[in-house]
Amino acid sequence: MEWTSYLPPLLQGAWVTVQLTVYSTILGAVLAFAFGIGKLSNNWLIKGVSIGYIEIFRGTSLLVQLFWLYFALPIAGQAIGIDLRLPPVVAGVLALGLNIGAYGAEVVRGAIQAVPKDQYEAGRALNFTPRQAMWRIALPQAVPEMMPTFGNLAVQNLKDTALVSLISLGDLAFRAENIRNFTQDSTTVYTLVLFMYFGMALVLTAFMKIAERSVGRWKTAGR
Amino acid sequence: MLFGIHWDTSSDLAFAASILPILLRGMVITIEATVLGFFIALVLGLVLAVLKAAPTRIVSWPALVVTEFVRDTPLLVQLFFLYYVLPEYGIVLPAFLTGALALGVQYSAYTSEVYRAGLEAVNRGQHEAARALNLTTTRTFTHIVLPQAVPRVIPALGNYLVSIMKDVPVLSVVTVLEMLNVAKIIGDRTFNYMIPLSMVGGLYLILTILASAGVRYLDLKLPKIGIPLK
Repeated sequence: MEWTSYLPPLLQGAWVTVQLTVYSTILGAVLAFAFGIGKLSNNWLIKGVSIGYIEIFRGTSLLVQLFWLYFALPIAGQAIGIDLRLPPVVAGVLALGLNIGAYGAEVVRGAIQAVPKDQYEAGRALNFTPRQAMWRIALPQAVPEMMPTFGNLAVQNLKDTALVSLISLGDLAFRAENIRNFTQDSTTVYTLVLFMYFGMALVLTAFMKIAERSVGRWKTAGR
Repeated sequence: MLFGIHWDTSSDLAFAASILPILLRGMVITIEATVLGFFIALVLGLVLAVLKAAPTRIVSWPALVVTEFVRDTPLLVQLFFLYYVLPEYGIVLPAFLTGALALGVQYSAYTSEVYRAGLEAVNRGQHEAARALNLTTTRTFTHIVLPQAVPRVIPALGNYLVSIMKDVPVLSVVTVLEMLNVAKIIGDRTFNYMIPLSMVGGLYLILTILASAGVRYLDLKLPKIGIPLK
């Protein structure tokens, strides 16, 4: 079979990979800010939950988390009488988002803590409430610092989406294995797929660079 | 039954207790794959770092492209590539070795960057001072640059060791019987995924907490300025 005949199914798979990456990165970003700020909270409950979330999802393997959500959660649901059977797409996006969110939360926390103390003091002197100081002073300065690492995490997330093929989701890696099983033409199929992932990573990196530049103007001149 | 060990499904607790030794057998494989993969990553990474630092572009550019390519493609696909493509060229490796090789290749891209950053972090003045003292290039590297670079490099490498450990479950797709694969097999046979998978999560948490503590200890123990030589 000609290698070009592999392209239509692979492109369909690549589209699934793109969607998974976008959804899980958005979920991850929301979780990262929620728990990253949560870890800095003075409320011990919020702080404890945030630390627990971060440690559990950073401390275990993504594949373990994915299998747990897909295979174990329905059984846990059965035990308490709720239907927790997740479709593969939901389990995949959830596992990827939760995982990357935990890594992102540490980045958010680090960037916020790196905002100089006198910025808060100046905010207080100008009669800002702690909430206003966080949203209007600390975060706008912290976000540009987070962006380079977020770029790396987004690429990491794109690569991790390949794992969802193991819970029978038809992404790029899944299609590749199907075609390989059918044609036994491993070298062509996997070379093609590696280059497709590489291409997607380059595009994603370019997008993240644009985002990085557009928030770069929030940086204060003095730093 | 797995590895000759039977499980007891009479109660949840008995089940958990009876499969623990089986999971620990899987954990041994996980640790072995981690150590071997890390070793390959250290060596390959060093090769890549040296090539990238080469003065001629003919050498450094390909190394840069390879690093970028390896870093931007998924471990799973690289693993399948090695697993299916190497035998076509007459290289038949056991699944475990193929897996460790895939881990090593993927992480060599990261370790090479760590080496590079570590070497570049050594102040230019140090090179100039060494030259002023009439030290040879080799002596400058082994006695001045390396002792200062190593303490910076070790904690970063340690973090990648932990990352490799968390990526070992991917090897289950090529039939390596590491911890997650063992748990999945137990689940397939007993229709109880909840307990084995949760236990693997817990065991992973213990492993990574211990490993991170080890890395932090090393970081504290290593002299900040450099390792003194006799």
